Amino acid sequence: MLEIKNLHASVEGKEILKGVNLKVGAGEVHSIMGPNGSGKSTLASVLAGRDGYEVTAGQVLYKGKDLLEMEPEERACEGVFMAFQYPVEIPGVGSVQFLTAALNAIRKHRGKEEYDALEALTLFREKLKILHMSDDLLGRSVNEGFSGGEKKKNEIFQMAVLEPSLAVLDETDSGLDIDALKVVADGVNALRGPKRAMLVITHYQRLLNYIVPDYVHVLVDGRIVKTGDKELALHLEEHGYTWAGERALADAAGSKA
Amino acid sequence: MSTTQDTIEALAQREYKYGFVTDIEQEFAPPGLNEDIIRFISAKKGEPDWLLEWRLKAYRHWTELYEAKGEPQWAFLPYGYGPIDYQAISYYAAPKQRPESMDEVDPELLRTYEKLGIPLEEQKWLAGVAVDAVFDSVSVATTFKKELEKHGVIFCSFSEAVRSHPELVRKYLGSVVPHTDNFFAALNSAVFSDGSFVYVPKGVRCPMELSTYFRINAAQTGQFERTLIVADEGAYVSYMEGCTAPMRDENQLHAAVVELVALDDATIKYSTIQNWYPGDEKGEGGIYNFVTKRGKCQGHNSRISWTQVETGSAITWKYPSCILQGDNSMGEFYSVALTNLRQQADTGTKMIHIGKNTKSTIVTKGISAGQGHNSYRGMVKILKGAENARNFTQCDSLLIGDRCGAHTFPYIEVKNKTARMEHEASTSKIGEDQMFYCQQRGIGLEDAISLIVAGFCKEVFRELPMEFAVEAQKLLSVSLEGSVG
Ligand SMILES: Nc1ncnc2c1ncn2[C@@H]1O[C@H](COP(=O)(O)OP(=O)(O)OP(=O)(O)O)[C@@H](O)[C@H]1O
Ligand SMILES: [Mg+2]
Repeated sequence: MLEIKNLHASVEGKEILKGVNLKVGAGEVHSIMGPNGSGKSTLASVLAGRDGYEVTAGQVLYKGKDLLEMEPEERACEGVFMAFQYPVEIPGVGSVQFLTAALNAIRKHRGKEEYDALEALTLFREKLKILHMSDDLLGRSVNEGFSGGEKKKNEIFQMAVLEPSLAVLDETDSGLDIDALKVVADGVNALRGPKRAMLVITHYQRLLNYIVPDYVHVLVDGRIVKTGDKELALHLEEHGYTWAGERALADAAGSKA
Repeated sequence: MSTTQDTIEALAQREYKYGFVTDIEQEFAPPGLNEDIIRFISAKKGEPDWLLEWRLKAYRHWTELYEAKGEPQWAFLPYGYGPIDYQAISYYAAPKQRPESMDEVDPELLRTYEKLGIPLEEQKWLAGVAVDAVFDSVSVATTFKKELEKHGVIFCSFSEAVRSHPELVRKYLGSVVPHTDNFFAALNSAVFSDGSFVYVPKGVRCPMELSTYFRINAAQTGQFERTLIVADEGAYVSYMEGCTAPMRDENQLHAAVVELVALDDATIKYSTIQNWYPGDEKGEGGIYNFVTKRGKCQGHNSRISWTQVETGSAITWKYPSCILQGDNSMGEFYSVALTNLRQQADTGTKMIHIGKNTKSTIVTKGISAGQGHNSYRGMVKILKGAENARNFTQCDSLLIGDRCGAHTFPYIEVKNKTARMEHEASTSKIGEDQMFYCQQRGIGLEDAISLIVAGFCKEVFRELPMEFAVEAQKLLSVSLEGSVG
């Protein structure tokens, strides 16, 4: 599904990603953990194609295609979804209008017939119901005046509607109360399937109790320094990232010797 | 990969799809402006003497203004504009064939309006909208007249109103915008050729939207129309105007006057979608749109509401205003002005509070793209007798790209201490974050810009009659259109 090879990327001339290697197969859930500023959001942004992130080396293959060559909207239409760490408010643009535009852009790209207003609305209501979310947000502008938690839940709702093949969740669990956390986890789990893959960026092992990942990676200073299963997340919680970093250095030293 | 900046550059190269010319035999007045020309226009229309005298008085006043200092210079037009040669303009252009009824309208004209999206055959037009079509200097057709007559509503061309309802025209013409008001109002009063006239009698709620579609076709002409709308006691009317013109390298002058009169308990809603040819990215060609629009809330509890969506013209100079004379009367101004290419707009409103408990609301949205310059100029004046007057003003500007400009010139004059004034203003750049968010959901850059801009304008769009809100949104998208990449 996704193959990241020796990815180097810089922002404003400063190298942030320093050789990331990662392979995500269909049906898998990978979690990425790592200290603040280690480059997790940068990785997500590069995958989504945000302006201002310069890839200086490496390659990203998505379903066998060169992902970095595609426009951001093309990536989205091809099934890449990113749940933003800080979802943006778009004043005056109705949530329904926005999501209908997104849904139809994607459907059109895939040669499917576009939904009319009623079909779209029916779909939105259905998804909200499954997620146990109130449909109040449909009457509001995109994220405008939403609380932090509501914004995060809205990302999951959009994901549920757009049904991506690859979902990158950037700290969707941060700042959520326990009920909201369940909403997020349920949303993610509902989408899990043999044809989909997820990249879940988080700081908290807590989320991984609900979304059990197949792999956990530790990103430190622009590199993946450790990979393991969900036990690794538990260990990190106890010992911190320094431990992972030192272990990685020790391992590297060991393998060199 | 295309960047946002590329798209913004591309915006400046949008196509103007109404730029065609209709090939039709037309009759012209020779170019030039003098008393003989005014007599010629008046004679062409078979006008009564009092109207000719009124025109001549206006012409003499205009001549004095012209010789004294010419056009008003206070608008903020950083690119300036070439001198207007008033003697080079032909002040009258009309299709040769003058139809008596809709069946006789030249098919070429019908096709023109069809192409503009305004079919004049009644059965084809949106149900519930009556149209007066003004082509250069004359009205060529008015639809649904019979239907309206049943309700006592008069909706016809200005020329026809002069013939069939002279007492109404004489009573109200110039009562809101006197010929001495300003340079362009004086010019219009002297040479105005046609326009629309509406009278809604006491207690009648006009059963359909009324609208006028203005089209400039001929070269070397200007359009100088005059619209007069009177809503008698307790009447309600919603009126809408649209405008387009062919693409030409030369600039053409459009100097209209609109007067609205609302008597006791009457309401007039006046909406404009202005899409005159804006010129090209170098600032060549385009319409000079110098317009005077004013409404008088003469009666108590009367209400006048202006809504405008201004996307066209090389220069827009226009301040639809309200004189709030009746107690408890209400004035509103909702505006979207978009300047792209090298367009310059200096637009806003004046709210003059005279009566007690008068209220005014001003909501303006200025969008600047390309190398466009957009200025809001507004005045709120509370006179001594206006007890408990209230004003709310909100003006927001949105910048797309970094070669355009947004400016605001608010003036406030309060002579009564009980007045309550609120003013909010904001200027923002279209957010890269917002655009990326849309793109990440699959929405292309251009659609993302349209979506965000439409969201920015929402408070104004919702004031438009339903039939036109969709049109306005589409027009905005087209005005922002360009090819990506
Ligand atoms: N647009 C930018 N301009 C300048 N520096 C940036 C920009 N984006 C990211 N950086 C820098 O890149 C580094 C990595 O940031 P990133 O947001 O990827 O970290 P993160 O791992 O997501 O951290 P957190 O856990 O705090 O969300 C930081 O030092 C950050 O300051
Ligand atoms: Mg981050």
